[in-house]
Amino acid sequence: MKITRKDFLRLTGLSFLAAGTIEATHAIAGRSAAQESAPRKETPSQTVRWGMVVDLRKCRKDSGCDACIQACDSAHNIPQFSNPKHQVKWIWTQPYETVFPFIQNGYAEQTDAGIQVPLMCNHCADPPCVRVCPTQATWKRADGIVMMDWHRCIGCRYCMAACPYGSRSFNWLDPRPHIPHINPDFPTRTKGVVEKCNFCEERLAQGQRPACVDACPEKALVFGNLADPNSEPRQLLRERFAVQREPELGTGPSVYYLV
Amino acid sequence: MRDRIWIVAGLAVFVALITAPFWRARRDVGDLAKLPVLTLPANQTQCVAPVAYMRASHMKLLMAWRYQVVREDERKYVAFNGKVYQKNLTETCLGCHNKEQFCDRCHAYAGVPSPYCWSCHNQPQAGASAVSAAALQPQAQPAPGARRSPDRLLSRMSGWPVSPVPRRAQ
Repeated sequence: MKITRKDFLRLTGLSFLAAGTIEATHAIAGRSAAQESAPRKETPSQTVRWGMVVDLRKCRKDSGCDACIQACDSAHNIPQFSNPKHQVKWIWTQPYETVFPFIQNGYAEQTDAGIQVPLMCNHCADPPCVRVCPTQATWKRADGIVMMDWHRCIGCRYCMAACPYGSRSFNWLDPRPHIPHINPDFPTRTKGVVEKCNFCEERLAQGQRPACVDACPEKALVFGNLADPNSEPRQLLRERFAVQREPELGTGPSVYYLV
Repeated sequence: MRDRIWIVAGLAVFVALITAPFWRARRDVGDLAKLPVLTLPANQTQCVAPVAYMRASHMKLLMAWRYQVVREDERKYVAFNGKVYQKNLTETCLGCHNKEQFCDRCHAYAGVPSPYCWSCHNQPQAGASAVSAAALQPQAQPAPGARRSPDRLLSRMSGWPVSPVPRRAQ
């Protein structure tokens, strides 16, 4: 049987086309079949997400009060440095107008100016510090707490650069000589590691609330599970207008302020 | 043969350098043939694991505890005999053992540098540690924040020589 060049090319082309069609049909059919058979992966809904609500109306009543800071300092062996560059802070205050510049409308200052807003680590839903840590010394726990493993911190301070809230401090000096009274139940830190608020995870493990929450004489700090619609903070968030620090950054802070 | 003096001197220096660690250990630890005397807890008879395991692998246990507590939030340790302990260096380990009279003595003898646990982890307040240890420490506890010199204190009290343990990360 003789075959012309033209017939040969035509046959070859048709064969390739047929083979390609079969492959494509299988690929499409197979993929849709796999989609139907495999159960859709559901993201496990978070059952616990620790969060805090700070009632600024209650807090401002007692201006000059620093019970929450004192409680945190003594619970966590936080050193007191006179040089502000060496300062280590877990919970601290800043003037209202620097914390919430977007609420300034020209008249709000009359009532709010000078109010010291308590600030701490926001334990973000999408924490930028965790993303940049090269050693996984900081990570987000299942209950939303952004934890630190000081054993693993190499002191590169990437997390400090990444945190938009300034919640992290670096130990430039050995903190031990600068701790007024060492609480033996909580480790001190060492020179060269970064530290920040841990939402008192060591107290939560014992079923206690954070030290600052317990210390507040006005009960202005409310701590609870944000994933539970009936929790205390969630009730407050339903009833009152609340703001987060710099929500536009998309970090999803777990600390809310009732203004 | 005119170089004999130099050769002998050189050999002497070489031998001295080569044997220096032994001399240093002898100076720091004393008689190396004598095993360190450890002050055992007075209030307990059983550690969280059998003695042989603790002697050889306490560091592995501590590392496992560290990982589990910090990274996995698991704080309870069920011992081989069913007893439940808190995974806590200050409370559980140092609640029975005295750092200077237990950890440091063996580490000094073995020439294993003291680990940097102590640059962050605290010792329990006086009274929490072993009863026998309290009897050995007539001196008042140094003020909090003051630099302790446990080794010198210890050597004064018990005749144990000053620990050669170099302190890392302090």
